Amino acid sequence: MQVASRVSRLGLWQRLIQQVSALPPFQILLDDHASDVMAVLRGAVGRSEAEDCFQETFLAALRAYPKLRDTSNLRGWLLTIAHRKAIDHHRAKGRRPLPVAEPEARIAVEPNDGIALDSGIWSAVGVLPPKQRAAVALRYACDLPHAEIAAALGCSPEAARRSLHEGIKRLRKELA
Amino acid sequence: MKSELQRLADRAAAEALLDVAYATADSPFGKLLLAQTPRGLVKVSLPAYDPDQALQELAAQVSPRVLEAPSQLDEARRQLDLYFEGKLTEFDLPLDWRLTQGFRGKVQRAIARIPYGQTRSYMQIAASAGNKRAVRAAGTACGSNPIPIVVPCHRVLRSGGALGGYGGGLPMKEALLELEGVLR
Repeated sequence: MQVASRVSRLGLWQRLIQQVSALPPFQILLDDHASDVMAVLRGAVGRSEAEDCFQETFLAALRAYPKLRDTSNLRGWLLTIAHRKAIDHHRAKGRRPLPVAEPEARIAVEPNDGIALDSGIWSAVGVLPPKQRAAVALRYACDLPHAEIAAALGCSPEAARRSLHEGIKRLRKELA
Repeated sequence: MKSELQRLADRAAAEALLDVAYATADSPFGKLLLAQTPRGLVKVSLPAYDPDQALQELAAQVSPRVLEAPSQLDEARRQLDLYFEGKLTEFDLPLDWRLTQGFRGKVQRAIARIPYGQTRSYMQIAASAGNKRAVRAAGTACGSNPIPIVVPCHRVLRSGGALGGYGGGLPMKEALLELEGVLR
């Protein structure tokens, strides 16, 4: 009798935990974070390639989503995946130099992105090494603090700060 | 951003990552939320119900891979439009019954067999679900119908002909029965 009631109570707890920890519908992640992910990717791989990386990012996220345990920082999780896809993209392209000045490649951001990007600066960001580029994009396109940049890049906050610093130093030199 | 999201939904469907596709549809009663799995239509959420709540429930009960994908629901929306115009008397859509099990599932299937423009009593439904004494359970099962309109629980009335209840509100039940020519 006692065993039975403990078992049913356990079942009740399991159901409660399941309800409380249920993952939100994936569409909410898209509604909340898609434009940030796109902004980061445009900074990291350029506007013309960002669209493909965006698809790869969210397909990978969708694939992994049902098994995701920690939902406390979904934005950081998505940006981490986006960063990895940007790196994959650079690897796939090999060491070929990036086309710096595509005639139509103005990095203008659509009005609803809410970020005014100066096209001159962002084309300079486009030729930074991947880690510096990602750090700059996360900091200035998405306004992430160092700790979140570190989480997205999978490195320590110190290393994130260093990448950002190096990136900015180089930009100053390029644009001077 | 809209075209990127549409493309994402299409690719997710092609790679079997779209477990629940949803869209809204207009109706004379307000916006309906329609949701579909690869097996078929799984949920019609009536205007009286909070759509965000409905999506949360789908995420918990079916899969969290829930995406807005209107093109996936074109056929369901087309048939519903025709139904509301009085031009369609029988839905031809695959249904996913996973949100009702056991006796409730049997009741839902019995409801699905009631022809357009006809009604049954809760008692008749209980009987055709295999237990004529389970009238109250049949009533509860009608009330928890996850696919209303398409599974026409509005065609189930009290034995004396009184309307009984309806998840979308009694005026909606009345209007549907008027549309089908049962009431006038």
